[in-house]
Amino acid sequence: MSDWNRIWPQLLDATWETLYMVGVAALVTVLLGVPLGVLLTVTAPGGLAPRPLLNRALGLVVNLGRALPFIILLVLVAPVTRGIVGTTIGSTAAIVPLTIGAVPFLARLVETSLREVAAGKVEAALSMGARRRDVVRTVLLPEARPSLVAGVTVTVVALISYSAMAGAVGGGGLGDFAIRFGYQQFRTDITLATVVLLLVIVQALQWAGDRWARSLAHA
Amino acid sequence: MIELKDVRKVFPARGRAGEVVAVDGVSLSVDRGEFAGVVGPSGSGKSTLVRLVNLLERPTSGSVTVDGQVLTELPDERVRQARRSIGMVFQHFELLDSRTAAGNVEHPLELAGVGRAERRRRAGELLDLVGLADRADARPAQLSGGQQQRVAIARALAARPDVLLCDEATSALDQASTTGVLELLRRVRDELGLTVLLITHEMSVVKAVCDSAVLLDRGRVVDGGRLADVLTRPGSPLGEALLPAPVADAGAGHDGALLRVTVTDRTPETRVLQTLIGELGLAVEIAGGSVETVAGGRYGRLLLRVTGGGAGLDDAVHRLRTGGVLVERVAATAEVAR
Repeated sequence: MSDWNRIWPQLLDATWETLYMVGVAALVTVLLGVPLGVLLTVTAPGGLAPRPLLNRALGLVVNLGRALPFIILLVLVAPVTRGIVGTTIGSTAAIVPLTIGAVPFLARLVETSLREVAAGKVEAALSMGARRRDVVRTVLLPEARPSLVAGVTVTVVALISYSAMAGAVGGGGLGDFAIRFGYQQFRTDITLATVVLLLVIVQALQWAGDRWARSLAHA
Repeated sequence: MIELKDVRKVFPARGRAGEVVAVDGVSLSVDRGEFAGVVGPSGSGKSTLVRLVNLLERPTSGSVTVDGQVLTELPDERVRQARRSIGMVFQHFELLDSRTAAGNVEHPLELAGVGRAERRRRAGELLDLVGLADRADARPAQLSGGQQQRVAIARALAARPDVLLCDEATSALDQASTTGVLELLRRVRDELGLTVLLITHEMSVVKAVCDSAVLLDRGRVVDGGRLADVLTRPGSPLGEALLPAPVADAGAGHDGALLRVTVTDRTPETRVLQTLIGELGLAVEIAGGSVETVAGGRYGRLLLRVTGGGAGLDDAVHRLRTGGVLVERVAATAEVAR
């Protein structure tokens, strides 16, 4: 057990890798997933701008993204990753599949959140002469904010779990660390330490997300 | 100010349900400054009708004109502009929880591109008008239903509309709040010279605030007019709904003829009784009835049991009618039938 002096710095590095992968992927996921969720909502039948065909096409793509096991997606998007990052190895490369996996997930959560905004509030805004983009900007997104924050929190936690898998195929991070040092070297203590660390990160995120969502819900 | 011409709204068939004719050839005209009501049972098409006025629902056919503009002929962008001069108040208030009371009142001004300072000033002014100046920073959830509706009214008035549409604005409120909100609506109409179209299923609301009303049933206008006319028009369904005829107490041992008399400010019951008792020497018993204030006037329907002369009764009815009193003889069989 005396080798912990050697292991600690590596564990710390792995933690940073995880936070880096998840952090950047989460940011890009929010930037892409929220607009996609808005699009899914407004193009739905009975929505602000019903486009049944586009809606069905988007729904299919989103469902495909969610139906694919992440490990399969990881392999499938390798060419895309190489195109964007130049390599398929490393934490930066892992961000691509992580984002592609998380965007459809968040988009559905955003759609659910926006749908729960009372139709009457939308109608009230329209009666004031609001344009459709005004309705999205001043009614749908602000009214759904607590629920959107909760959705983003769930997505980030899912990203952490995906990132462990991404790590297994050369992405680095805590998942990779647990496999290389803990599992393959039969070091249960290292596996355990990694799991505890992941748990702490997830707990902290969930706590912060819940607090933020609560502070936004003025009820 | 508001003119609907032969407006129809048909909702297309959905799934197994066939198409629904919500509004079936309604023509309606509301003068500038008038407080008009649309009353009818649920499912009669009232809510659809009010949404046709600001084109939240597009009519299937017919035309909608507001303040001289034929909205049904305008492109979408112009309709949006026109909506700014048509305020709307809803049954469930529809305030945004993400904004304070003042923030909600500012919302339509924001949409119209009014600057922040001017918005603030105007929101303060309006909250003052509706008596909630001290709750400007409150969230909707911290306000009572009546207060929320006041904020919603302030919001509807923010962009200085000429027309105010009220969709069951008091139906979610208790009696005290209803009275307060109705008084407020009447007051803003008077002070701002608004034209108001109010949708309700409650006759008491119509009686409290409206100058005129139409009765809607299954998407069609059944009856309508100024309340003062409707109440004194024999056989008017709306008049009957507003002031139902009293039910006679058909106790045994009573004899005599029953007369149903409508009393108004011009033909008060004192004059009716003076004619019957004073001039004709009949014995009169009040078998039922009520008198109330409607549209600022006093109206009532009384059921009188008159005894004291067979030939005298025809004379009595004749005299009352020439005096302008709305009077009907109620057949004894009809009484038994009750």
